[in-house]
Amino acid sequence: MTKWNAIMSIEVRDIYKQFGNFIALDNVSLEFPSGQLTALLGPSGCGKTTLLRIIAGLEHADRGAVFLEGENATGAHVRERQVGFVFQHYALFRHMSVFENVAFGLRVKPRKQRPSEAEIREKVGALLELVQLDWIADRLPAQLSGGQRQRIALARALAVEPRVLLLDEPFGALDAKVRKELRRWLRRLHDELHITSIFVTHDQEEALEVADSVVLMNRGKVEQQGAPDAVYQHPETPFVYGFLGAVNYFHGRAEEGRVRVGDTLLHAEAAPDAHGLASGANVTAFVRPHELAIVSADVPDPVGVAAKITRIMGFGAAARIELVGLDAEAQHFEVEMSREQLASQNLVEGQSVRLTPSRIKVFEREANA
Amino acid sequence: MVKPSRQHNVLPGFNLALGYTLVYLSLVVLIPLAAVFIKASSLSVEDFWNVVSAPRVVASYKVSFGLSLVAAAINSVFGVLLAWSLVRYSFPGRKLVDALVDLPFALPTAVAGIALTAIYAKNGWVGQFLEEQIGFQVAYTPWGILVALIFIGLPFVVRTVQPILEDLDTEIEEAAASLGANRAQTIRRVVLPILLPALLTGFALAFARAVGEYGSVIFIAGNMPFISEITPLMIITKLEQYDYVGATAIAAVMLVFSFILLLIINFLQAWSSGRVRKGR
Repeated sequence: MTKWNAIMSIEVRDIYKQFGNFIALDNVSLEFPSGQLTALLGPSGCGKTTLLRIIAGLEHADRGAVFLEGENATGAHVRERQVGFVFQHYALFRHMSVFENVAFGLRVKPRKQRPSEAEIREKVGALLELVQLDWIADRLPAQLSGGQRQRIALARALAVEPRVLLLDEPFGALDAKVRKELRRWLRRLHDELHITSIFVTHDQEEALEVADSVVLMNRGKVEQQGAPDAVYQHPETPFVYGFLGAVNYFHGRAEEGRVRVGDTLLHAEAAPDAHGLASGANVTAFVRPHELAIVSADVPDPVGVAAKITRIMGFGAAARIELVGLDAEAQHFEVEMSREQLASQNLVEGQSVRLTPSRIKVFEREANA
Repeated sequence: MVKPSRQHNVLPGFNLALGYTLVYLSLVVLIPLAAVFIKASSLSVEDFWNVVSAPRVVASYKVSFGLSLVAAAINSVFGVLLAWSLVRYSFPGRKLVDALVDLPFALPTAVAGIALTAIYAKNGWVGQFLEEQIGFQVAYTPWGILVALIFIGLPFVVRTVQPILEDLDTEIEEAAASLGANRAQTIRRVVLPILLPALLTGFALAFARAVGEYGSVIFIAGNMPFISEITPLMIITKLEQYDYVGATAIAAVMLVFSFILLLIINFLQAWSSGRVRKGR
């Protein structure tokens, strides 16, 4: 093994795929480090599942190449690629017991490589133990819950000792509680096995919570790749900023390293990245709800963006306040604060206030945006 | 005493449904069939046995049941292929082919028989070719019967398997492939077991239809005693000789045979569908 293929166990280069007139993947190049759990994150139709299926060999790219452990696998058939694939709707063989489902990959091996019946029993037993379902080996898939089925699907994929594990929205069909449990379980399992894995999801919380590395995709392109913390803290594009959490945005204009929104000049220290912008450039300033403060408008020379409170939701760990802008655009804003803070400020619905961000992220607006 | 099931049944109407089923089946199926047995029972046991075990009649059982089973088997194979093509691939004229499948249902069987005979006879389009090239005669031989039985049984397997194939998610085939199964293994271990119940139903229907078929076979069979006479022909022959009792005797034997065979197929079908449904 050369050095670099020990590092990159999956690599895709310039993958282009079109369905009719729809460009699903537009020259996507990515590297997935060995032994890591990577999340492919994006809205539906962004191409993430297509990319996963191309890596697996279930779909073929119009252009571009797929490398598995440094080996060009672009032309290889799915059954030659040794990838474990887990489907959103499990795709278990419904006429086979749990045991037979997991044993399937071993039983279809060419005669010379096929393990003996005793070895199969042992291996399947070990895998069922790994997914903590050894007690239901004789049941049929229909007799299992969704979470159990997905664990069996995972055990089945692992039985053939795949080089990489690919999971297509593995928790998508499960209810919220099971989803959370299974998420933690997958993370633990990965820490045990260290098999290079990619999972597709449209749930940003899931991606940030489970993965070592997150790839954000939008409209067939990669927007950003990095550790969950890094992409959350330092989004590189407006899309990433907006996709990774709730967001308020202000349209404005760059002015001497600051941002002017309407008649208000936002604090310079809140927007360190505004310094590089040319004065007069059209910009959008993004602010997370918890980084936006509500201040009184009943003072001489008020600062901040004028808005009116429309709704106060005081339940949960943090209170949420919805506001509407007082300018012609009548934009909606959302502010999050602690309940103590809410109580101390004596806010009421219908009140006119000003909004001041403590931290903003500024992106230059594209001509068409 | 209170009958709890009456009060708590979520799916009401059991008694009504069962009663209706029994009355309807009796009127439409059981009573006419019972008449066959009653008529046949007017023969003494010895006479009955003589009629139904006459060498020519026994030969006709072999032709009828043997060829019907073979035709149903052939239809099972090609019916699945046809259904597969119709479900899995889109090609120009697919709807047309789909509609063509049902034609053997609609065509008067005599018309089918005449058409097939015309094609497979020595001077027919296909018959001419077969005769000249490989010296193989279809019309007026048991092969002709087989062709007719395949023709009239074709829609059954296609129509029973088609909906199951439509429901079959391609994901499970992808799953099998990703686990290293080749195409043959995927079909044999994954697809066929799921199709089996529907396939058996289609087989049973095609078989039952073939056993009872008269019109299309009679023109192409040649109807040579001991070689290409089918049992329904034996019954008609007896009827034409005003031997009603003899005709019903043969009919009774035929019914019993068919019933036993269908019962076996139904048991197989129930067994395999139980496996599949439980696993759904």
